[in-house]
Amino acid sequence: MSEHNNQDAQHQGEKPVKRREMSRRQFLSYTLGGATAFMGAGMLVPMVRFAVDPVLQPKTKADWVKVVEAGQITDEPKSFKFKVHQVDGWYENDAELEAWIAKDKDGNLFALNPTCKHLGCTVNWNANPEYKEQYFCPCHGAHYTIDGKNLAVAPAPLDQYDLKVENGFVYVGQLGPNKRVK
Amino acid sequence: MFKNVYNWIDERLDITPMWRDVADHEVPEHVNPAHHFSAFVYCFGGLTFFITVIQILSGMFLTMYYVPDIINAYASVDYLQHKVAFGVIVRGMHHWGASLVIVMMFLHTLRVFFTGSYKAPREMNWVVGVLIFFVMLGLGFTGYLLPWDNKAYFATQVGIKIAASVPYLGDYIKTFLQGGEIVGAQTLTRFFALHVFFLPGALLALLAGHFFMIRKQGISGPL
Repeated sequence: MSEHNNQDAQHQGEKPVKRREMSRRQFLSYTLGGATAFMGAGMLVPMVRFAVDPVLQPKTKADWVKVVEAGQITDEPKSFKFKVHQVDGWYENDAELEAWIAKDKDGNLFALNPTCKHLGCTVNWNANPEYKEQYFCPCHGAHYTIDGKNLAVAPAPLDQYDLKVENGFVYVGQLGPNKRVK
Repeated sequence: MFKNVYNWIDERLDITPMWRDVADHEVPEHVNPAHHFSAFVYCFGGLTFFITVIQILSGMFLTMYYVPDIINAYASVDYLQHKVAFGVIVRGMHHWGASLVIVMMFLHTLRVFFTGSYKAPREMNWVVGVLIFFVMLGLGFTGYLLPWDNKAYFATQVGIKIAASVPYLGDYIKTFLQGGEIVGAQTLTRFFALHVFFLPGALLALLAGHFFMIRKQGISGPL
């Protein structure tokens, strides 16, 4: 908005008439700018929404997968492979995942994911003679206790799968942060 | 705010003369539809460019989902069209825009022809325009194969047969386009590379020449 003073009125010593009005040029540039912005948005909004679609998809929760008979689980962690059906855009497959399953002192079963929390290599139980009865990562020497507690290098304990026993079989489900380590 | 940012940059780099040079020039009366409504025929070049911009943008976004591989190409197009939000619209823009750009370019060519604008000193710009026309046809031809459906496959089969009918060189052109003995995996990656890298690169270079010449020589005079 620009202000125009009535010049003639000022010369005659009268109170200047102040008009708060929009100049023709300003009106046109607002109108044209607005119309351009509207059309540009009509073009860009669908494309941007298209591009960010994966961010707005709801997270899917993992199904329970039968892994092994409960009787086979001992105090010593053992590696078990299991298949999870994975829908990845237009590509579907059965991805193989790994869980290290063991029984604790109270007889509870628990399943840990062997992905190192440092930079994502795969850890192994008892893989290094220096760190007996521990998970060891070959990449940068991170090691973890049987509960997955991080002892060196890694910033967090190993992730843990939800686990349930039904009709004598172990099922693993959603992967989440470790619940055994405080 | 915007004004301050602009001024800050302008003080340092003196950009005003640059954009003035590009954008600030008088539109002659005979090409201004406000004076003579029939002057709308002078809009078709600009419309061609506008649709080309839409094609480039929508194409960039489509490559976020598309994969040029005979197993997955159709599945990825099906996925982006039916599962991704606004996929129908973004692919629709690219699909319909491809035809519209040819229509607009044709109307632009007719205008240039019937106003005699191709005459001296603008012959070179006509030649560049014709090259742009061929590049656009090439973009349409290569893009048609990418969804890898039946229509795409057989259209390319036919197109390559036509190219193969060129005397002497036909067989070489055919093998070059196909990338092998059949229309298949190698044809698809080839057409994809041509469609998203080589031809758009050539197009942008030619457009730069086209626009440089029209700014240098100005719009042709009234009839």
